[in-house]
Amino acid sequence: MLDTAISIKYMLAGYAVVLVLIPAYLASLVLRRRALKRKLQDLDELAKK
Amino acid sequence: MKPQSPTLKILTILSSLLFLAALAMVFLYAPLEETMNYVQKVFYFHIATAWVGMLGFMAAAVAGVVYLVRHDRKWDLLEMAAIEISLVFFLITIILGSIWARPVWNTWWTWDPRLTTAAIVELVYLACLLLRQGIDDPERRARFSAVYTLVGSLSVPIAFLSIRLFRTIHPVVIGTNTASNLGAFNMTPPMLATMFFCLFTFSVVFATLLWHRVRLEQLNVAIEERQMEIL
Repeated sequence: MLDTAISIKYMLAGYAVVLVLIPAYLASLVLRRRALKRKLQDLDELAKK
Repeated sequence: MKPQSPTLKILTILSSLLFLAALAMVFLYAPLEETMNYVQKVFYFHIATAWVGMLGFMAAAVAGVVYLVRHDRKWDLLEMAAIEISLVFFLITIILGSIWARPVWNTWWTWDPRLTTAAIVELVYLACLLLRQGIDDPERRARFSAVYTLVGSLSVPIAFLSIRLFRTIHPVVIGTNTASNLGAFNMTPPMLATMFFCLFTFSVVFATLLWHRVRLEQLNVAIEERQMEIL
C-alpha cells in the first residue's frame, strides 16, 4: 500500500489542478465576453456618428 | 445579442451543483482503494475529463461534416466551441494522469502508447485552433477547420483503443487488464457509482460550457458583421 501522506499529497495536487484550470477557463469566458460586449457598444456608437 | 435563456441559467446552476456533488461523492462516498490509497481518487475526474474531451472532439468532427454539407456558419461555431472546451478537459486528463502516474508508475511521463496518442490528440486540436486564427476569410476558415477536424478525429479512436491494441502499462477501465498494466484495480459498486456520476456530471458541465462558448462566438460574429457595415 502506498504511504498515506504521499498518497494524499498527490491526490490534493490532482484536484488542485482541476480546481485551478476549470475556474481559470470560466474566468477567461467571462473576461472575453465583457471585452466583446464593450467592443460591440463602441462599434454601435461609431455607427451612430 | 439575445439575453441568456432561462434554460441556460438552470443548466448553469445544475452544473455547479452536480460538480459539488461529484466532489462530495469522490471524497466522502467512494471507498479507498487498498493498494494505491488516496491517490486513486484522482481516477474519477481523470476518466470523466477524458470522456468529455473525447466526446467533444468527436462532436466537433460531426459539426464539421454538417458544416461541409449545409454551409451554415452556426456549425462552425459549434465545432470551434467543442474543440476549445475539449482541449481544456483533455489537458486536465493528461495532467491528472501524470500526477497519478508519479507514485504508481514511479514516473511523471513515459512514452507509452496511451500517453503518446493522448498527447498527439491534444496537439492536433491545439494546432487546429492556432491555424484557424491565421485565416481571415470566415468561409475559408470554416471549410479548412471542418476538413482538419474530420481528419484529426481519426486520432481520437486511436487514442481510445491504444490500450487494447498495443502493449501498454496504462490500465483498461472497461475490460480485462494484463500483467503489464500497472495501477489496475477492481472497482467496487460504490466506486462504479461514483465513476458514472462523475461521467454524467462532466457531460452536463460540457453541454453548459458549450452553450456559453457558442454564445460568446455569436457575439464575435455580430462584431465582425458590424465592422463590415461600418467599413
